Amino acid sequence: MPIVVKNLTHVYMPGTPFESVALRDVNWKVEDGEFWGLIGHTGSGKSTLIQHLNGLLKPTSGEVIVDGVNLSDRGVNLREIRQKVGLVFQYPEHQLFEETVEKDVAFGPRNLGLPEDEIARRVKEAIELVGLKYDEIKDRSPFELSGGQMRRVAIAGVLAMKPKVLILDEPTVGLDPRGRDEILGQIVEFRKKQNMTVILVSHSMEDIAKLVDKIAVMHKGRMVDSGTPKQIFKNYEALASMGLDIPQVTHLMIKLKNRGKDVATDVMTVEEAEAEVLKAARRKGHA
Amino acid sequence: MAAEILAEGVCYQYSRSSQMALKDVNLRIGKGEFVAIIGPNGSGKSTLAKLFNGLFVPTKGRVTVDGLDTRDRENVWKIRQKAGMVFQNPDNQIVATVVEEDVAFGPENLGVPPEEIRRRVDEALEIVELKDYAQKPPHQLSGGQKQRVAIAGILAMRPEYIIMDEPTAMLDPVGRKEVINTVKRLNREEGKTIVLITHFMEEAVQADRIIVMSEGRVLMEGSPREIFSKVDELKTIGLDVPQVTELAHRLKGRGLAVRSDVLTIDEMVECLCPLL
Ligand SMILES: Nc1ncnc2c1ncn2[C@@H]1O[C@H](COP(=O)(O)OP(=O)(O)OP(=O)(O)O)[C@@H](O)[C@H]1O
Ligand SMILES: Nc1ncnc2c1ncn2[C@@H]1O[C@H](COP(=O)(O)OP(=O)(O)OP(=O)(O)O)[C@@H](O)[C@H]1O
Ligand SMILES: [Mg+2]
Ligand SMILES: [Mg+2]
Repeated sequence: MPIVVKNLTHVYMPGTPFESVALRDVNWKVEDGEFWGLIGHTGSGKSTLIQHLNGLLKPTSGEVIVDGVNLSDRGVNLREIRQKVGLVFQYPEHQLFEETVEKDVAFGPRNLGLPEDEIARRVKEAIELVGLKYDEIKDRSPFELSGGQMRRVAIAGVLAMKPKVLILDEPTVGLDPRGRDEILGQIVEFRKKQNMTVILVSHSMEDIAKLVDKIAVMHKGRMVDSGTPKQIFKNYEALASMGLDIPQVTHLMIKLKNRGKDVATDVMTVEEAEAEVLKAARRKGHA
Repeated sequence: MAAEILAEGVCYQYSRSSQMALKDVNLRIGKGEFVAIIGPNGSGKSTLAKLFNGLFVPTKGRVTVDGLDTRDRENVWKIRQKAGMVFQNPDNQIVATVVEEDVAFGPENLGVPPEEIRRRVDEALEIVELKDYAQKPPHQLSGGQKQRVAIAGILAMRPEYIIMDEPTAMLDPVGRKEVINTVKRLNREEGKTIVLITHFMEEAVQADRIIVMSEGRVLMEGSPREIFSKVDELKTIGLDVPQVTELAHRLKGRGLAVRSDVLTIDEMVECLCPLL
């Protein structure tokens, strides 16, 4: 189910003193099964954009078309859309409301009208996918957890619905490094199994570089660039001027190159950097 | 009277919990230090921070701030003036309906004169780049903008001890660097004591000292170089090291003559240049 965004503009509180244009003429196409990273400075419009993709926000002008359905059309069944397009919010607390973790994660699948045994299976699976111990956590209140634990529960709730499109708004905020890697790794696996489309909003250039096929860059409400990570991270100065960055190892390679060393600068992960440095060191007889 | 935050034999148990969130924690944060606290989810970092400014009192043991015992209710007011905190979730921290009033709330409570408050609020909003948003309702801001409001709030309060619980979690990379630079400046130039809780190892690297929490206990303490040279131990408990530190560690493992305690990109450049 492709998602097409056409000339999308969103104005918050139009006609009031608080009017603010959050999106300006955004055009974007997300094909089936793609893995997108959405980056941009604080306030650039990322959360606003993705909340349009499941009809939580309505365009001021322009269109959002999900699987051929224009979300602004009369009589669109938004409930159905939200079952296909799962969204994990930037603030997980906004998404938690049941009295136990188990009930909270079961809420979505129950709404899908699944049989109880299927719900139970999915709930357990999802809680374990996000690295929590089912038996230890299932009866606890989601509001009496640490920040990182809460976020995991919020992610589990959406995974349990097995959406076709999974949108994650800064899902790794507050997670410890292992939790970050594990959850992102699980999402990669889950995506393969379910053949899911994923859109990941993140400020972590390292995570983005490691995972996604394509990056879209937001700046002051506009989508100013899109392309593969290698294409996007080539342009360090432009990114920095928009509040963004490149992975540490990419930075390292550029600095080595500037010192006259013969290394490639399109390196984005520690593994790639290791291989590249070893290659260069061998040429000099140092390894 | 010692200028320090001292935790002695501190245990903490949440009322509806069967487990101890903190177990026999002994720590000293000296005045003027810049300390980073790292540790896996649920290891007790936020709980510890709330004990440091008297929001929680220990179930066992004691916490003193400049010699004032947090269990003594008469001290609460003085302790809050000395130790200010930015909470993990800025959403729970916003109290006013307009950004600049929210930032002014702390200093108002401290009885700072109005002209001085005005000056501090303007300056704080300038630092976090929210001048244009001064009149906006905070709930209409993006996630990162709210976090900036919370940071501006503590900057305007200017407490002796600045305790920040994941203050940069939702900021873009440049915003993150700016906040850390501001914190470092407050530490170096104004002698403020900084306690920074973070999951970003690149930020922890910049502190004078790192405390590593694990399962409610202090697992390690030391300089960034000492702590991050323990790559394998950190990974065992679910933590990480900066990308360049990891790279150095791997290259060393592959027989390349590099230091394994590299912390920054520039150090790594110096280290590699003779070899390439
Ligand atoms: N409910 C709202 N009412 C009015 N303005 C809003 C509202 N939510 C967001 N805005 C404004 O719209 C702009 C875009 O916000 P958005 O939340 O989409 O940014 P973002 O890219 O997700 O930022 P962040 O990285 O900080 O989460 C910001 O300038 C913000 O102040
Ligand atoms: N309100 C509460 N009631 C009961 N238990 C709690 C409450 N808040 C936290 N806990 C528990 O106390 C322990 C320590 O939590 P704390 O919030 O201090 O961890 P943290 O190190 O800050 O984690 P994170 O990195 O996820 O923010 C955890 O096991 C957590 O589940
Ligand atoms: Mg956002
Ligand atoms: Mg915490």
